[in-house]
Amino acid sequence: MTFLKNLGLLLLTVVALVAWVMLPWQGALAIAVLLTAWMFLFRTGAQTRSVASVGISTLTQRMGSSAVIVVGIAGVVGVLVALLAMAEGYAETLRNSGSEDTAIVMRGASANEVSSSLSRDDILQIGQAPGLARNDKGEPIVSAETVVAANLPIKGSTTGDEGSAQVRGVSEAAFVVRPNVKIIEGRIFQPGLRELVVGKGAVRQFEGLKVGATLKLGNQPWTIVGIFASGDAMESELWGDANAVNDVYRPGSGGSRNSATVKLTKPAALKEFQDSLEHNPQLKVKASTTLEFFAKQSEQMTKTLRIIGIVVGSIMAVGAVFGALNTMFAAVASRAREIATLRAIGFRGMPVVIAVMLETMLLALIGGAVGGLIAWAVFNGYEASTMAAGSVGKLSFNLRVSGGLLWEGIKWALAIGFIGGLFPAVRAASLPVTTALREL
Amino acid sequence: MKYLHLIWAALFRRKGRTFLTLVSIITAFLLFGLLDAVRVGFDEVGKSANGAQRLQTGSKLSFIQLLPMSLSERIKAIDGVKDAAYANWFGGAYQKPENQVFSFATSPNYVDMYPEMEVSAEARKALADTKDGAIVGEGLVRRFGWKVGDKVPMISTIFPDRNGSQNWTFTIVGTIKVTDKKAGAWYDQMFLFNWKYFDDTTPWNQGQVGWYVTRVKDVNQADRVLKAIDAISANSDHETRTLTEAAAMSGWMKQVADINLIVTSIMGAVFFTLLLLAGNTMMQAVRERTGEIAVLKTLGFSGESVLAMVLAESVLLLVIGGVVGLGLASAIGPTVSSMSGGALNLPAAGAKSWAIGVGLMLFFGLVVGMLPALRAMRVNITDALAGRA
Repeated sequence: MTFLKNLGLLLLTVVALVAWVMLPWQGALAIAVLLTAWMFLFRTGAQTRSVASVGISTLTQRMGSSAVIVVGIAGVVGVLVALLAMAEGYAETLRNSGSEDTAIVMRGASANEVSSSLSRDDILQIGQAPGLARNDKGEPIVSAETVVAANLPIKGSTTGDEGSAQVRGVSEAAFVVRPNVKIIEGRIFQPGLRELVVGKGAVRQFEGLKVGATLKLGNQPWTIVGIFASGDAMESELWGDANAVNDVYRPGSGGSRNSATVKLTKPAALKEFQDSLEHNPQLKVKASTTLEFFAKQSEQMTKTLRIIGIVVGSIMAVGAVFGALNTMFAAVASRAREIATLRAIGFRGMPVVIAVMLETMLLALIGGAVGGLIAWAVFNGYEASTMAAGSVGKLSFNLRVSGGLLWEGIKWALAIGFIGGLFPAVRAASLPVTTALREL
Repeated sequence: MKYLHLIWAALFRRKGRTFLTLVSIITAFLLFGLLDAVRVGFDEVGKSANGAQRLQTGSKLSFIQLLPMSLSERIKAIDGVKDAAYANWFGGAYQKPENQVFSFATSPNYVDMYPEMEVSAEARKALADTKDGAIVGEGLVRRFGWKVGDKVPMISTIFPDRNGSQNWTFTIVGTIKVTDKKAGAWYDQMFLFNWKYFDDTTPWNQGQVGWYVTRVKDVNQADRVLKAIDAISANSDHETRTLTEAAAMSGWMKQVADINLIVTSIMGAVFFTLLLLAGNTMMQAVRERTGEIAVLKTLGFSGESVLAMVLAESVLLLVIGGVVGLGLASAIGPTVSSMSGGALNLPAAGAKSWAIGVGLMLFFGLVVGMLPALRAMRVNITDALAGRA
């Protein structure tokens, strides 16, 4: 009988957890409202209220053991939110890099820009495809770009480590297809000269990138003339004039480039543009919106980061659940007499169960909020970098603790509180009154 | 030692509570074991004895820049160099672009550089005789269900052939057996084929190589040799940067992520929580035993021995939980690694991880037990027995 009951309890926990995971915040709010209404409108609700208020008002006397629940859960939520913020920040940086009304054209089957190649002819043909937006002079907006890599000294490295940075050779059109790129210091490079503008993210990662400095790229000295910001993946790059970059990195390659980014008249024009490229026998290229291109690149990494976060969070959560169980069993045991007295004078089991669970979940909520806030205070905007998939340079990004993530953290906290409170609560309510009253 | 049964009895005085606390400790050390395995895995890449003999030479400009073939003979001529091999990154994938494989186009002597890889004489001969031949790691064979003699299609994410197609075909002529599992599970995932076939098939390479691997005769000469290699092309348009294998690998790893920082911060949060939790348990345990401790003292136990017994109890608690947790990590890690098909490498906790782990257990045991132990030591017999403490 007890075995069946425990099994039932376990099943209930699993079902509740699954439902909880899928519940949107509106659902959680509805549950909270219903619970409050029940507590104020029904007799059993009122009983719950009084039992819970006794438990909660005596929390301060059990500071030490209550802190175990709060800190334990804060730890889980803090680590979870920080790790998920990494995934979120990374995904967002790449998502910002793309838009629906620009498309990137690369040689067919190329997974990334570096391994793609377009000849001067290819680029001219791409410019003649339908669906492209035009500038004031009536020319199609096509930004043909060269992408190479450069080894640069990493900032703050004592051992002379070098990291890889992506260098992009561009023309003026690059700034037209990416309107979010803004020069924040100095000026833009002059066509034909070995001048560079460097992204804010690159400045953060590599040593000696400042306006006026000279940098050796491809065995030639380049002058840094400006710094740009864009709030996306481009910020980690170094930009120079495409012809100058080609001259140094691929002498004799003439007008060939790696990829072409084009501006479409409207997002819907993509289909027409793609079809035209596909039916052109002289071209072996593929086009996709930049949004799709960058989303695809971030997919794998974001997934991996999320899995790491959830695995680490789950293991920590198991520890926290047992910590909470421990504390609540002790709390219930120390109040066994009091609870038994209540039941002896006519309180039902249900209000006792719910009151104990409310108490645990209140502690869990505090823990979740503390953990989330710490993660937000410490890690929101925290700078990180990694070798990005599909790129040849280090990508610098900021961790992002969004409201959605904080809510996810709170959900975890409440789930831990739910399990940690359920079993002690049921024990408190099912202990025979006579035994409990006799026990000391 | 003679009080062990007393300590043991005290520890399991309340089985439920001790059990719950133990599970929390176990999860903390399980996490420690797994994360430390990740850290060590990253740390020790390229740090083997064989690795110390190898130097890697790449373009100084960037890793995508190629080097001229002519360097090969000049490197071999340097005093102290045993042999030099070269290779190109192929960027191959099997069936789907997501199924990335470590695939290199290599010179015939490439395998000689790596005693970690064992390739039979027949396989080597077959590789030399088969134009499109390839030798593959046993892990890869298992992953894709290949066998010797199979013709396998590979997609190169970088190189097209002369017709512009990026679909290549290879004949598997032999397997690579990894002799030293610890030195690197990644040799198990290797796909090596003839550089000549690569260079002939793609119009994009034209006799250039991606990087050189040099084996030195004497490890102590490595520094001199690597400087000599870089001196060959100093001030040319293809300057090189030569690093020991360990330095090259750790440089790469650092670019991917600062694993140390991540692992340390997670463990910091985990152990802080653990301290509080175990501390609370010990506090409760001593508080409810005040009467018993007073009895012990009445019997003649000194304050110091009571202190030592409580400390021993908390250390024992941490050590039991910690050892089980680390043991679990050692069991789970390799299982996960083998299930992931080599994509993830979580070795069982090594001697160093165990040493750190046990050190942490003792340290936390003492920290956690200190306050309750002091309290136990100061128990006043008369007050406690009268129920006033």
